[in-house]
Amino acid sequence: MWNLLQIELFKIMRKPRTYLAFGIIAAFIFLIQLGLLVNGKDWMMFVMGSLGETMNIDYNKLLNGYAVCFFVLNLLLVHVPILVALVAGDVVSGEASMGTLRLLAAKPVSRTQIILAKFLATAVYVFALLAWIAVISLVVSLAVFGENDVVVAKASGLQLIEASDVLWRYFFAFGFAFIAMMVVAAISLLLSTLSENSIGPIVATVGIIIVCTLISEMEIPMYQKYIKPYLFTTYMLGWKGFFYIGSTADGETIKGSIQYLPAILKSVGALMLYIVVLVAASVFVFRKKDILS
Amino acid sequence: MSAIIEVNNLSKQFKEVKAVDGLSFTVEAGDVYGFLGQNGAGKSTTIRMLLTLIKPTTGDIHIFGKNLSTHRHEILKEVGAVIEKPDLYKFLTAYDNLAIFAKLSGMKPTRALLLDQLKLVGLEERAFSKVKTFSQGMKQRLGIAVALVHNPRLILLDEPTNGLDPQGIADMRKLILQLSREMGKTVLVSSHLLNEIELIANRMIIIHKGKKMVEGKVAELLDPSKSLVQLETGNDTLTREQLKQTEWGAMLQQNEQHLRISMNKRDVPRLVAYLVSLQVQVLSINPMHSLENYFLSLTTQPDHVESITN
Repeated sequence: MWNLLQIELFKIMRKPRTYLAFGIIAAFIFLIQLGLLVNGKDWMMFVMGSLGETMNIDYNKLLNGYAVCFFVLNLLLVHVPILVALVAGDVVSGEASMGTLRLLAAKPVSRTQIILAKFLATAVYVFALLAWIAVISLVVSLAVFGENDVVVAKASGLQLIEASDVLWRYFFAFGFAFIAMMVVAAISLLLSTLSENSIGPIVATVGIIIVCTLISEMEIPMYQKYIKPYLFTTYMLGWKGFFYIGSTADGETIKGSIQYLPAILKSVGALMLYIVVLVAASVFVFRKKDILS
Repeated sequence: MSAIIEVNNLSKQFKEVKAVDGLSFTVEAGDVYGFLGQNGAGKSTTIRMLLTLIKPTTGDIHIFGKNLSTHRHEILKEVGAVIEKPDLYKFLTAYDNLAIFAKLSGMKPTRALLLDQLKLVGLEERAFSKVKTFSQGMKQRLGIAVALVHNPRLILLDEPTNGLDPQGIADMRKLILQLSREMGKTVLVSSHLLNEIELIANRMIIIHKGKKMVEGKVAELLDPSKSLVQLETGNDTLTREQLKQTEWGAMLQQNEQHLRISMNKRDVPRLVAYLVSLQVQVLSINPMHSLENYFLSLTTQPDHVESITN
């Protein structure tokens, strides 16, 4: 299994397509950081709107590394699934279209091991992709904009998280994002086992994410009650929950707390269940598949 | 001689199409076994079933005396294959491709071993070039290196000369003979060209529409003095059993539908006399084409074939 995993990682590392995602992410984050460095204060004033007139806000402190990272993640984590699908959707179908799947499957390794090795290799890729996002959006932003408290918007109003209480929240947020992205990888893997070309699974994965996200966001009671609880997209943005801090009855925030921890744990559980079911389905399909490519 | 491959009553149904239909054959140790049939005859489907890429609908396969469905792992460790086009990882070098497939075969290949293998197929100077820069012939040679890198006992080659230039075809024939004669490998090679099989194989089978037509030694099947003689008797099964005990037993074709003997036409009266002496009711006796013409009729006049084989 370790041997297979090494081979799969080697193949992923040698594909130019792999580095495309890293390049796109780096370019995107640098553009945001450059924009905020040049016009960040004006942009903050625009965002705060009338609040800025009634409150005494120090915009220089508000625009800090943690805040920039939070902003980047809000924009980026919606689009990272596309980059995950780009690699995960190709792992089986890409080999089928290239003609190497028949060579691989005719070797003395079980088909279950092949699929699990491919999924684990994809997991390493997703982890590397998120680590890359963390380094550029968090480490670089902290180096450029400095460290300070973060203001997060909630439905009940604005909430301040002290600088010393932020870093661990990012650690868990990235961990949650990893699990969410692995659901996308598992969907792509299943579609990849069903297809003989790599474009189909990639496009289909993106299509599924768009449709499910739209249904999750629709405020239609029937969808909210009967469909939304079963959609993976309902749970994918749960990482934001780590930035909703608990408070006392007086409204005093409790340092080190998470307001909706049970909801986050429920989301993690639902996403993990999705992963297990999708990977099991991929193994089942691949074991039954006649390799004709 | 021990049987390396034993295929019994193998069938594969793809929805409406029966690609392989009740196929049985045996490949002995040291054979270069020709697997002959026109395009779409079921050759590739059969080879893919031998490699567990396709699951048979019915029938069973034994390789090295073990059931393929229950001993897949240990059997495939000793099998090398080139399956149709030699498709490899284009974004990797020849060396990396070879290393990957050697590891997948359970080896821990050294750099020297991999380079030696590439030298064997004449690719030592391009060892570290990416496969996407290779010609079809070079890819085919690398495919052969991949098939041989783990020193398998059995080699399956599906149309190995497809897409090769005349020199490449000659080199491939030489390599197949070398594998068999000098290295003692058993080789099953499929082709749609009779002359190709004639040049390299010692035993052969012809399949058509997934069914076995004839099987035997190439020298005997292609002997110009011999014809396929088809008999129709009152009880074909009994007659077959009776003939198995005679000099004609070795010439009997293992075709369950028809009673066919590969024999000299001049011996037909003697055969008829013998059958009459056994009180066999001979309904008809029909000397068919020579095998060469017969195969030609398979590949050029499929409708005519129906009238011959049914």
